[in-house]
Amino acid sequence: MDHPIQTDYLRWIVLLPLLGAAVNGLLGATLQRRFGKWVISLFACAPVLISFLLSLKVFLDLSGLNPEQRFLVDRLYSWLSLGTLKVDVAFWVDPLSSVMILVVTGVGGLIHIYSIGYMHEDRSYWRYFAFLNLFTFAMLLLVTADNLLLMFVGWEGVGFCSYALIGFWYGDHTNTTAGNKAFIINRVGDFGFVLGIFLIFWSLDQQGHATVTFREIEKFAAVLKDQEIWGVGVLTLATLLLFVGATGKSAQIPLYVWLPDAMQGPTPVSALIHAATMVTAGVYMVSRLHFLYSLAPLTLEVVAVIGAATALLAATIALTQNDIKRVLAYSTISQLGYMFLATGVAAYGAAVFHLMTHAFFKACLFLGAGSVIHALGGEQDMRKMGGLRRFMPYTFWTFAIAVLAIAGTPLTAGFFSKDEILWQVFSSPHGSPVLWTLGVVGAGLTAFYMFRQFFLVFFGESRADSHAHTHLHESPKVMTTPLVLLAVGSIAAGWIGLPEIFGGSYFADWLAPVFGKHHEVHASAMEEEVLMALSVGVAALGFSLAYLLYYRRTLAPERFSSLAGGVLYRLSYNKYYVDEIYQFIFVRGTHLLARVGAWIDEHIIDFVVDGSAKTTAFVSWFNGLFDNYVVDWVVNQVADSTFDAGNKFRKVQTGNINTYLYVILGAVVLVIIIKLRYWS
Amino acid sequence: MAVGLTHYLFIGAILFALGLYSVLTRRNAISILMGVELILNGANINYVAFSHFSTANVEGQIYAIFVIMLAAAEAAVGLAIVLAIFQIFRTIDVEAAETLKE
Repeated sequence: MDHPIQTDYLRWIVLLPLLGAAVNGLLGATLQRRFGKWVISLFACAPVLISFLLSLKVFLDLSGLNPEQRFLVDRLYSWLSLGTLKVDVAFWVDPLSSVMILVVTGVGGLIHIYSIGYMHEDRSYWRYFAFLNLFTFAMLLLVTADNLLLMFVGWEGVGFCSYALIGFWYGDHTNTTAGNKAFIINRVGDFGFVLGIFLIFWSLDQQGHATVTFREIEKFAAVLKDQEIWGVGVLTLATLLLFVGATGKSAQIPLYVWLPDAMQGPTPVSALIHAATMVTAGVYMVSRLHFLYSLAPLTLEVVAVIGAATALLAATIALTQNDIKRVLAYSTISQLGYMFLATGVAAYGAAVFHLMTHAFFKACLFLGAGSVIHALGGEQDMRKMGGLRRFMPYTFWTFAIAVLAIAGTPLTAGFFSKDEILWQVFSSPHGSPVLWTLGVVGAGLTAFYMFRQFFLVFFGESRADSHAHTHLHESPKVMTTPLVLLAVGSIAAGWIGLPEIFGGSYFADWLAPVFGKHHEVHASAMEEEVLMALSVGVAALGFSLAYLLYYRRTLAPERFSSLAGGVLYRLSYNKYYVDEIYQFIFVRGTHLLARVGAWIDEHIIDFVVDGSAKTTAFVSWFNGLFDNYVVDWVVNQVADSTFDAGNKFRKVQTGNINTYLYVILGAVVLVIIIKLRYWS
Repeated sequence: MAVGLTHYLFIGAILFALGLYSVLTRRNAISILMGVELILNGANINYVAFSHFSTANVEGQIYAIFVIMLAAAEAAVGLAIVLAIFQIFRTIDVEAAETLKE
């Protein structure tokens, strides 16, 4: 643990996409004009693919090491050295990071390739790829940083790129507003994140172990157990603050509202950033700091509850949405809730497992949706789709596989990862049957809304209008190939994480050096099988309901939407009016505050300022008076006295000789008297 | 009664005083000069009286001759000035020569 191996090639995994971004960002416009778009594609996709190969090499290198020593470090230079704070720019890969970089570069690479087809008619092709590469760089920085500060740089970076890519088509005001919303809400979360970092550093500094490096925090974490600040344990407070950051970045309650709006961006962006990678940053962060979270049971409870609540809330909203991407957005929020639910019961390995499988099938779903949108010439409303199965076979089959995966169909990747989460939630000492029930209900809802989407889009009669029909075609190979690869992943990725009863999880073993062998649960294989059957059963229920409603059409959806006078439907369809509530409280509240501030500024502050100005003017005027009448009087008096005296003395000059002679006589007499009197 | 030094001194003093009075109060420039002459002669008498009544000293009498000479020179100069004034003011009334007034 203390002697990680220094390498020199780790840095290229992170820096190559940065180079690609620099080339495309600075020279892209010229290159595109001169040579065409293929140059841009080359400079964009090559770095990511090379990074993927390097990530594979990292994986192989790590597996060649002893489990206790599976760390690779690449230290670039010393960044900060301020008093007790010493931070380096250094990259660090352990089994957890290795999983992340493979996911980011692998799925990211496939999305880059897909984008070549999807964006090929866009004029700002180069700008898109520049930002996509920049995002990849920031995300890789985030997951390979060896300290909290550097991770935060990546954290902020992905937030910025998300903003830039959501508002990519900036001519439309809706898009830029969505970008703003994403960034601002992220910022709120980041505030908590930063406070968390400060608190951790400060607390450790108090104990004499000032550091923000992960390895060292892990070493000294135990000393913080009893430290308190303002009556609260520092560990609890710091982990809660960090989790606030995670709710922002990973779209949990209460900061999830930006993600549905983020669908305004190009669909590959939604796939990469808002499904596979950026939104998983929060999960990664909590897992990376598992040693802190495991020492703060209160926070874990909060995380688990929020995760479960978010999973359920988002699932209920997804039931009624008509926009193909909105359904997937809420689905992402919901699945992220599952990941946090897992971390909340200290099942970090399960969370990361689901993160990985989710990256595959969610990216596949989004790219498939993109394929559909592309084919229909921009149509996103599912009520205007239908019967696409005949026109788009590749899209159809890959989408089908991904839907099966997310619904938790046995033998798909989604099944194994979701099942692992549910099992851990039930059996872990931090978990509870209540949470498990919520999770299972959510799984049922997931199955329902995903199959609803599936049936609405691909089956039945086509409801598309004529304009869309003229476009209708299967997507080119550059778009369908990634779909196929992702679909394969949606099945195969699960097999490395088989539950204990089926042979054990390679995945959990791989992550064991990071998280520690998970405690042997005191439950029998029988229990696990029963629970598995239950969750599969609930999912099957969801599927059947969707089947009856949208495939067979024997049941009318209106029977459900009119339940309870349509209130439930409207609540779901309008996302529980959360956006409106936030608008009222925060946006209008801020405006109100601004108006109050302006009023104070105008009437009180300006009053004081003007008052002081007027007082100064008055005092000056008064001083002026004083100056004019008093000082000048004195001065003038002096002059006048001198003048008068002069006038008087002038009279001595009579011009009369006799007078002069009198004076001389007088003076002589005076002198004589004085001489006689006083001088001997 | 024997005529002593004191009597001569008195004469000298009276002449001095009269001369002084003349200088101070007369308006006629020549009268002022005459007053000056009287003053000088008064002083002369003083000199000579002291010389006469002192046994070893004839210096007083020598001085008196110097003074007479000086008085003559001074009178000449004075009269020349009076002439010059007359040429300008057309009068020898000293109160007319008050152009230096104030």
